[in-house]
Amino acid sequence: MMRALSTAETAPTTHPWVIHAQGLQVRAGRHLAVNGLDLTLNTGVHGLLGPNGAGKTTLMRALATVVAPSGGRLTLLGQSVDGRADLRPVRRALGYLPQHFGFYPRFTVREFVAYMAWLKEMPKARIPAAVQRSIDRVGLTAKADARLKTLSGGMLRRAGIAQAIVNDPQVLLLDEPTVGLDPEQRLDFRELLRDLGTDSCVLVSTHLVEDVAAACTDVVLVNEGRLVWQGTTEVLIAQGDQSHAGDSAAERGYSAILRRHRAEAAR
Amino acid sequence: MSTHPTLSQLDRYATGAPALDEPSVWAIEVHLEDCADCRARLAGSTTGDSRAVIERVAMNLAREIAASPAPDARTRPWSVLRHRWLVGTLSPWLAMTVAVLACAALLSGMRTGLPSLVLLIAPLAPLPGVAVAWHRRADPAWELVAATPAAGLTTLLRRTAAVLAFVIPALALVGAGTGVSLALTLLPCLAFTVATLLLGTLVGVHRAAIGLILTWVFVVVAPSLATARIPMFLQPESAGIWALTTVVLTVTAIFRVNGFRRLSRHG
Repeated sequence: MMRALSTAETAPTTHPWVIHAQGLQVRAGRHLAVNGLDLTLNTGVHGLLGPNGAGKTTLMRALATVVAPSGGRLTLLGQSVDGRADLRPVRRALGYLPQHFGFYPRFTVREFVAYMAWLKEMPKARIPAAVQRSIDRVGLTAKADARLKTLSGGMLRRAGIAQAIVNDPQVLLLDEPTVGLDPEQRLDFRELLRDLGTDSCVLVSTHLVEDVAAACTDVVLVNEGRLVWQGTTEVLIAQGDQSHAGDSAAERGYSAILRRHRAEAAR
Repeated sequence: MSTHPTLSQLDRYATGAPALDEPSVWAIEVHLEDCADCRARLAGSTTGDSRAVIERVAMNLAREIAASPAPDARTRPWSVLRHRWLVGTLSPWLAMTVAVLACAALLSGMRTGLPSLVLLIAPLAPLPGVAVAWHRRADPAWELVAATPAAGLTTLLRRTAAVLAFVIPALALVGAGTGVSLALTLLPCLAFTVATLLLGTLVGVHRAAIGLILTWVFVVVAPSLATARIPMFLQPESAGIWALTTVVLTVTAIFRVNGFRRLSRHG
């Protein structure tokens, strides 16, 4: 369906990067989970990879403006979010799917997505159509009026994705979006990701390397709160050879880079 | 409006002839969007091939529309109100508040020797609801809401308003039933709500509410029950002082609105 463009959407951007972090530090409790991370991202689908405890979720929460950075600089859509700035303009252009998200069990999928659209301060007249469209895009049309407590894990995950994309965000942050999806839904989801990545900056945190290889244009590898490597998926695949651990070319590339980084760190 | 294209131009447009250059195609398309007459003329010029395509598209669309569930066009004001303003998390606290008020009214009715319990606990009535209005552990969807522009102050004020809209009629009813002064139940209730928000800019709303509840219980409620006397500042003649306090606190809160911005970061 065609959608009318607002002047804000067609205005030229004045910022070189959609997401720009310099020496970013974020605490998770007392622990400095993100420690001196430099990252620049633009439009496209970016896969965020890293071992457990690498600071992926903490980084996602900081980018979603849920936690304030404790050091460094973070700029989203050209606006600094580390100071005492008003976060509302940035948050209006933000979509976020947390790793574990709570919900109101008695809401239906439609009510839940519409509530989130209302909180994102979308124009009232656009909400019903946008809600229907995002529910259709994640393939939950048949379950639109089912209560959230009756949904399976994979359906809940898709309802979470629907609320994240309902406002056509310029920055979309998805933390482990493919958990609980069956193989067919994962394929549909990759298709959706490619579609979303054409005009917004999508950052997908995952531990499934094959998801990244299939749907992402770009890979960001973090370890112990720092950026280890950033490059295209093709270059990632080219890093590995048969001597490295992994079942696919992308997995071998991933383990090759991680092993090289650890060897450098040990020296 | 641009000039109408000639019939031969329309013919060439309809057949997709390469003789028509790109700018002319654009011009005709833009004109067709606005001009019903020319669209009707175009319909006469269509070729058999394009009519077949249109028919196939229409058939497929009709089949898909018949197969998918109808979009929900109903807007139920009551469900919108219930879902947006009285989000599920508040209802247990409001139910508790009403239960406590009802118990206080019953006790005052039975034991006439005691000072009016309704009068003593009226200032505290909205505080449990205000305490959980914007709190990380009280709202299951906190992580989701925290990334929206409505996070923090907006949500806190909305839910506080919802709490007051519920508690004030309840207090008025209970107060009328037990025969205590309406001003002396409602004014302290408002003053305490504003005081909680104001104190909340310094220590967080949750802590502020707990602190005020404990202070009032130990400093006022307990001694009054022990001595079986209503303290001087809850006597009818002090209603004016409560009114003045409420106004002063509200004005201070309005001037301190920047302090509330901090709330959009912390839960």
